Amino acid sequence: MSDLTAPELPPTAPAALPLAVPELSLVVLIGTSGSGKSTFARKHFRSTAIVSSDACRGIVADDENDQSATPEAFALLHHIAGVRLRRGLLTVVDATNAQAKAREALVKLAREHDVLPIAVVLDIPERVCVDRNAQRADRADLPARVISRQRRELRNGLRNLAREGFRKVHVLKSVEEVDAAVIAYEKAYNDKRELTGPFDVIGDVHGCRAELETLLTALGYVLTRDAQGRPVDAAHPEGRTVVFVGDLVDRGPDTPGVLRLAMGMVEAGNALCVTGNHENKLVRALDGRNVKVAHGLAESLAQLGAEDEDFRKRVRAFCDGLISHYVLDDGKLVVAHAGLKEEFHGRASGRVRSFAMYGETTGETDEFGLPVRYPWADDYRGKATVLYGHTPVLNLEWVNNTLCLDTGAVFGGRLSALRYPEREPVSVPAEQVWYEPVRPLEATTFAAASGVVRRDPGVLDLDDVLGRRIVEARHLGRVTVQEENAAAALEVMSRFAVDPRWLVYLPPTMAPCGTSVLPGFLEHPAEAFAAYRDEGVRELLCEEKHMGSRAVVVIARDADAARNRFGVEDGTTGAVYTRTGRPFFDRPEQIEAVLARVRAAVDAAGVWSELDTDWLLLDCELLPWSAKAMGLLRDQYAAVGAAARASLTAATAALGAATARGLDVAELAARQERRLTDAVAFTTAYGRYCWPVDGLQGLRLAPFQVLASQGTNHAVAKGNDWHIELADRLVAADPEFFTRTERRIVDLADEASVAEATAWWQAMTATGGEGMVVKPLHGFTAGPRGPVQPGVKCRGPEYLRIIYGPEYLEPENLERLRRRSLGRKRSLASREYALGLESVERFVAGEPLWRVHEAAFAVLALESEPVDPRL
Amino acid sequence: MLLTITATPPDGADWPATDLGFLLHKNPDRVQVFSQTFGQAHVFYPVASQQECTAALLLEVDPIALVRGRGRNSPDFALSQYVNDRPYAASSLLASALGHVFRTALRGRCDLRPELAATALPLRIEVPTLICREPELAAELFEPLGWTVTAEPVALDPAFPEWGASRYTKLTLTGTLRLSDALSHLFVLLAALDGAKHYWVASDEVDKLVRVGEGWLGTHPQRAMIARRYLARRQPLVREALARLAEVDEVEPETLDNAVGFEEEPAADIACSTQDTPHPPRGLTHQEKVGGQSEPAPASAATPTEVNESDPKLGQASERKQSLATARREAVVEALHEVEAARVLDLGCGEGALLRDLLKDKAFSEVVGIDVSARALQIAARKLRLDRLPERVQARLTLRQGALTYTDAQLAGYDAAVLMEVIEHVDPHRLSALEHAVFRAAHPRAVVVTTPNAEYNVRYETLDAGRFRHSDHRFEWTRAEFRGWAERVAAAHGYDVRFQPVGEVDPELGPATQLALFTATKTKTETETETENKNKNKKEEPADV
Repeated sequence: MSDLTAPELPPTAPAALPLAVPELSLVVLIGTSGSGKSTFARKHFRSTAIVSSDACRGIVADDENDQSATPEAFALLHHIAGVRLRRGLLTVVDATNAQAKAREALVKLAREHDVLPIAVVLDIPERVCVDRNAQRADRADLPARVISRQRRELRNGLRNLAREGFRKVHVLKSVEEVDAAVIAYEKAYNDKRELTGPFDVIGDVHGCRAELETLLTALGYVLTRDAQGRPVDAAHPEGRTVVFVGDLVDRGPDTPGVLRLAMGMVEAGNALCVTGNHENKLVRALDGRNVKVAHGLAESLAQLGAEDEDFRKRVRAFCDGLISHYVLDDGKLVVAHAGLKEEFHGRASGRVRSFAMYGETTGETDEFGLPVRYPWADDYRGKATVLYGHTPVLNLEWVNNTLCLDTGAVFGGRLSALRYPEREPVSVPAEQVWYEPVRPLEATTFAAASGVVRRDPGVLDLDDVLGRRIVEARHLGRVTVQEENAAAALEVMSRFAVDPRWLVYLPPTMAPCGTSVLPGFLEHPAEAFAAYRDEGVRELLCEEKHMGSRAVVVIARDADAARNRFGVEDGTTGAVYTRTGRPFFDRPEQIEAVLARVRAAVDAAGVWSELDTDWLLLDCELLPWSAKAMGLLRDQYAAVGAAARASLTAATAALGAATARGLDVAELAARQERRLTDAVAFTTAYGRYCWPVDGLQGLRLAPFQVLASQGTNHAVAKGNDWHIELADRLVAADPEFFTRTERRIVDLADEASVAEATAWWQAMTATGGEGMVVKPLHGFTAGPRGPVQPGVKCRGPEYLRIIYGPEYLEPENLERLRRRSLGRKRSLASREYALGLESVERFVAGEPLWRVHEAAFAVLALESEPVDPRL
Repeated sequence: MLLTITATPPDGADWPATDLGFLLHKNPDRVQVFSQTFGQAHVFYPVASQQECTAALLLEVDPIALVRGRGRNSPDFALSQYVNDRPYAASSLLASALGHVFRTALRGRCDLRPELAATALPLRIEVPTLICREPELAAELFEPLGWTVTAEPVALDPAFPEWGASRYTKLTLTGTLRLSDALSHLFVLLAALDGAKHYWVASDEVDKLVRVGEGWLGTHPQRAMIARRYLARRQPLVREALARLAEVDEVEPETLDNAVGFEEEPAADIACSTQDTPHPPRGLTHQEKVGGQSEPAPASAATPTEVNESDPKLGQASERKQSLATARREAVVEALHEVEAARVLDLGCGEGALLRDLLKDKAFSEVVGIDVSARALQIAARKLRLDRLPERVQARLTLRQGALTYTDAQLAGYDAAVLMEVIEHVDPHRLSALEHAVFRAAHPRAVVVTTPNAEYNVRYETLDAGRFRHSDHRFEWTRAEFRGWAERVAAAHGYDVRFQPVGEVDPELGPATQLALFTATKTKTETETETENKNKNKKEEPADV
């Protein structure tokens, strides 16, 4: 065997002959017909990895030897190989590949997918090939001259394989060598998936040694110094690892000092470092190549000039050996100097390296002559967190799960690091402006970043929401959204909903309790209690259900919090929206007025500091019903009442006259009287939920859940009693605007407690209350059959006239209405609840907006499933 | 729901009022019950004396059966609600009960009192809850038939006087008419006033209408409206009914048909179609307006209202003006020609009026219609007769759902994008998302935007001051506002922009519609090529920070 990239080995090889093959590569077998390629491929690679030209010819022509099908067979071969490479799978091409042209196409294919092309040549004596073909029925009549020609072509091309672009070339020169060969898989240099950290990823240092020392110390590293007191290593007592994002050098006051420390850490295994564009250029400058000495290179060269030759050699070797990017922590973290789009993670090619060092530019330059960068992070949808530097920024901002850590230390900003997996930022200020930036920074002192902020683009992609989707909801499992439901939701979302950055949650629907058989009741607490008892839940919270409109209030403490937590910069500080994401108020100043009122109450109740947050997500009911449902009231509820009263009044009068005439209409007349009573009761029922509103005057908010605040999904973390008690404090702070939610805690083992709650419900609904919501006291609860219903509603008999019509309590009507099926509604409520929790969970965890939106959008999509709207 | 018919013979008449019983074939001394599909009809006489006799028809509708009896995909939304006026208001249900219970009387047959049946009698009809939003409409419909009309609006809710009147009217008709005529008027007009038929209108409804309306409907000044509403706006049926009424009454069909102010179906063949359709609600709206037919809107959604922009009261009545919608489409097509666009996106294509024009024009080799409403796209496909177009024409057209507040990689690389009457359907705070998706992400070589000129609205007599031309409009801009927006967008995304008027131009108020034509100063391909060159250069001398 000979490896053309290495010194030739003796022809008689030991028993096992290892062939180095990168784990992700395109292996191109080269050999004449009969050289044993297919046998070789089958022996060494899994069958699904092998794409054979013969097999493709068979697929497109039903004949593996039909040469007329060759062009289409190769089109298929390239397609299959391309799909596999795109999906990150090792692929072996089994074809003669004797001609340079055939190989060129495969090298191109490998490059297009940023994987390494590897050549394995089976250089078997011609005689052996001819003999083998002669023994195969389907190739017996293959003329020997064909093999001669193939062999000639192959031998001509052999020398040039490395130049053609193959990164490794293995030539097996005899049958013995072929038999002895074994594949030795090589991990990609960038593949450090086995390293799980924890890491401290440090942004562009640019020769700022003092700041680096301070930062490392702040991160808890202990510095080791040499005899001259210069730091040469740093180790963390808890075994953490530093990852430098590159650009250690240039511009700053002590590039050699930074390198001495970083190289020591890397050599000692305390740090990893990817290459920056400045290291790349420094190497070429040290090699004496003709580079433009600019952007702080002069400083590095001067400083290194003062060092000894050995140090310069060490620096050159270190910088030259840096690789483009690392894939860490089981693929969950990628570090590259200028960031890296998902297709390039774990790949190796010139353009991957170029992207990793320079990022993607739009081709335009700004007024300072600097390249305008393409915001690749805006489009990033990958699972891995990407940390990078390269472009100095004022603040640490998460964009779609990517974060730039270059906070311009050398320009007088800060030197920043991110603790991973904690995702905690640690920054130290620059000691001075070490280098004047070409592009002026907006502020000479960087904003004191209290943490990492969110700056996802506010415009999402259609692909984030459309089509059949499966959303992983951690509290239930997979929730499927059908294509047609997503299509329906798209219309509502895009025509009516608030900015997706505010829409971090949509409330789920809630199932009613089981249908009661008690006379005069369709719903009754007994059913709700029985259902939870059946699920093994003992303690319940019964909350008064307000009849208004469901409202989600998302509120930032101030404009800064709106910008930092939600990435909203248009001056709005929150949103108040409906179950379908529609804004509650048309005019922005109305929204801000409501938010100001809520904010004042949160201030007064001291909730910001208590929850250590600068934003809140509240689930509420906005009262009165008539404030938002006036159109519905006029067109449907009041209209039906008016028609019923007018027509039944006339009917009873006519029947009265008929009775006076002595006609036997007693039964008919009595029925119309009852119907008239029902109509009046119906009118009273909806009328209770109507009162005039003028601006904020008359408007009331009844919060019942504090879903989330910075860092915590309270919907999961807290019991329902916690939520309602926090709501009480807002009520106490502003009793005019906030409405208290009455409640009872029920111990199902205590009959007195059950009876008391039932009586409370009856009293409340008798005076026109809508009813109550029954929830497990301890919040999110899993029962023997999975998560139990997060809550069920139990609506009062008078209120239900609004749902089932004025006359629903007539015995023959009620009897029929009891035949209702709750299964679909319960399933829907569970799925929507899980999705709602999921979107909050994702938001709180700082996941990208598209991920948050995916779950919130799914709630709306499920809402378009056909479920009886009266449940 | 209730309806009473009272006969009051004049002094000295040779018949007692109770003869009404013979005419109706219902004995005044009995209470009778008739089974109906949705409940029971009762007939009884509250008053029965020599001087006055009143027959009452009381229809009791079973509200539960009304909802439960419907299939899930029932087209008739009005019946799928438990909270429903059907059991109370004089709807088409009452009309059909009337037709059933008084079938013989309706035909004018009375073997016992034939001369009375043929005589005009003094009658009083009372309907306590007639569905009739404007009381004047009741007068318009009944007065030409010889009735004296009293219509009192019914208040919505006495507890909330500020809510005003309901859509119901207490109707009293008095007049001297033959009973059979009175019944036929009620049969047709109760159903027509309802407008939401309780059953799916089939073609035999036309027979019924023509039969019952014989003798009066053909010459009624509101016949077209009556036919349209009676037939629940099923437009081909309306036309058939009008033609047949014309035959019956021996009038020229055209004189009836041209009164119909609703949209024509487009002609089958795109290539030879010259037909125009009035401006449908375009773009991001889902309310359907085909052939003047509006499906009953879900109770939660406000019914869209739209001003007829080609208001006939505008300008000189003598000259038939080109409709604004047509002018707008022509202006858009002209703008597309001007920038030599071949591959065109119609963003917010609605029901496809512009698509039709684009397909007719060979200059457009590829036309993509995008709308957020899957339903609008279905209607567009139907109106364009997509399945019947020649393969070559079909191949030029793609219809796809999309939303302009989301980016869509498939929209990149086109010559031009049209936003015709679309931006005003987007909330102002979401416009930046549309700008990003269209001008930045899709970045076509040219963009044509049209939108109403708010200044011009005062010229629409039917449009109240401060109101928009369509109920789904989120804003309407003055010329200065539109110009300001367009210039900012152009500058931000690398376009030049120029403006042109569309439709009639008022010297002071400007045009009815304003159009902006954006042309990219740098095309995407140029930008890409530059990027490639830059990348090549970078190998020599990488760009640094």
